[in-house]
Amino acid sequence: MNSPSATATQSAMGSLHSPIDGTATIELEVNGVGVTRRVNARLSLADFLRERLDLTGTHLGCEHGVCGACTVVLNDEAVRSCLILAVQADGSRITTIEGLAETDHDGQIISIHPIQRAMQEAHGFQCAFCAPGFLMTALCFLERNPAPTRAQIREEISGNLCRCTGYQSIIAGVETAVEIMAADRREGAQDA
Amino acid sequence: MPAFAYHRPASLDEALDLLSRFGEDAKILAGGQSLLPLMALRLSHPANLVDISRVPGLNEIVEDVEGGLAIGATVTHTRAEEAEAVHRLTPLVAAALPLVGHRAIRNRGTVVGSLAHADPAAELPAVALALGARFIAVKSGGQRRVAAADFFSGFLTTDLAPDELLLAVGFPPQKPRTGVSVKEISRRSGDFAIVGLAATVSLDEAGLIASSALSFFGAASTAVRVTEAEEALAGQSPGPEAFEEAARIVSQSLDPPEDANGTTAYRKHVAGVLTRNALADAIDQIGFAA
Ligand SMILES: Cc1cc2nc3c(=O)[nH]c(=O)nc-3n(C[C@H](O)[C@H](O)[C@H](O)COP(=O)(O)OP(=O)(O)OC[C@H]3O[C@@H](n4cnc5c(N)ncnc54)[C@H](O)[C@@H]3O)c2cc1C
Ligand code: FES
Ligand code: FES
Repeated sequence: MNSPSATATQSAMGSLHSPIDGTATIELEVNGVGVTRRVNARLSLADFLRERLDLTGTHLGCEHGVCGACTVVLNDEAVRSCLILAVQADGSRITTIEGLAETDHDGQIISIHPIQRAMQEAHGFQCAFCAPGFLMTALCFLERNPAPTRAQIREEISGNLCRCTGYQSIIAGVETAVEIMAADRREGAQDA
Repeated sequence: MPAFAYHRPASLDEALDLLSRFGEDAKILAGGQSLLPLMALRLSHPANLVDISRVPGLNEIVEDVEGGLAIGATVTHTRAEEAEAVHRLTPLVAAALPLVGHRAIRNRGTVVGSLAHADPAAELPAVALALGARFIAVKSGGQRRVAAADFFSGFLTTDLAPDELLLAVGFPPQKPRTGVSVKEISRRSGDFAIVGLAATVSLDEAGLIASSALSFFGAASTAVRVTEAEEALAGQSPGPEAFEEAARIVSQSLDPPEDANGTTAYRKHVAGVLTRNALADAIDQIGFAA
């Protein structure tokens, strides 16, 4: 019988095997910091971030991929952290909402991200339960497409649900972010 | 999430060994965008998960000399969507991909996983059926090819045995003078379709319809083609009359299930309307290409 504390075996070939209800050791980078933890194979990345790393900014709504509240960035792509096992994220680079603002060594915020600034200016959210998911979605989207049309913005955020706003203020927030980021780039180019 | 043993093989041989050892007690984990929700809802509780995401050689999109295209088991929807060869060689696949879930789902979910999952409301099984795709299945000590027409055997069920892994899906070269279209109705953008179709139309040199495929999703327990309507189109001049007749046959012959999203009568009606629109759309593209 496998005891719940049974640990995974890692073969020389680089494969990984955890027994039923067993654990495996994973190594990943979260918001720029390397972490190594022993996790249960059935732990989702969302629960790993929230419960093991205390990064409770990632929210859980539906836990089966529909609402987008749990969206984080994995190796530069927006993903549902409720639909990824922590063991699957082994070796990857994760950014959560906590990693969006620029902070100093003590974790004090130096400056918030332009997308955060834009949402604040546009009063994008009400209760903001959905905000972390929208922000991480927008972050990846604007990196791929810095000058989107309104239709593209609507399409790209259509996988995230908001129960308060009716979405118009969030779309306006993304449009504001596009402007701020374009202005920042122009300034950066002038400084250079 | 129910408890399971997690295996992450580092080679294809190791993956196939695990599958033959565990048989019915194992499930392949690709992108996890269908399997993990099923497990979260306790609709599936496999004792073993075999994560194939790190098996080398599967993350490939390969053109063959005849102009066909093969998509490997770990290629994500997003990767296929961004591949130039997919747009050039398999425009029907390219047209369907943006309709699969949302960006975050497509960043993880795989084309082959979607086919293996065989959801009757999913776009890609209907696309594979329309194009006459070929599936390459491997197991320890054997490989075989399965035609799309023999692959989808029922609701979430395929011809694959529990110890088989779908290595890749191959799409044949597109015929000359062909237009394609995917049309669907869903409640919200990115949702599974209530009903939809993947269509292709090819013209002969005289500009008459040589062949067509009308492949429906959300209309039965698997993806289905309405061959009576395809046959009725053959030899016709492409235009509103022929399309209207095809739409009528489609509405008449489909017998879609009823659920909270739509009645049988509604789905039959919509399938006809979408048929008309898809055919017109496909023919327009040939016009542009000529
Ligand atoms: C919110 C949401 C919305 C969605 N909307 C849509 C939609 O509109 N249209 C749509 O088509 N899909 C939709 N999906 C499903 C999505 O497309 C899945 O990614 C896809 O169906 C399965 O691919 P996967 O790689 O994630 O497979 P997994 O979830 O890893 O596997 C699915 C099944 O296929 C089997 N399998 C996977 N790979 C192989 C292989 N190589 N060989 C043999 N068996 C294999 C697995 O064992 C499992 O049974 C949606 C999903 C979510 C969560
Ligand atoms: S909690 Fe992950 S999508 Fe809803
Ligand atoms: S602001 Fe409340 S859910 Fe979006």
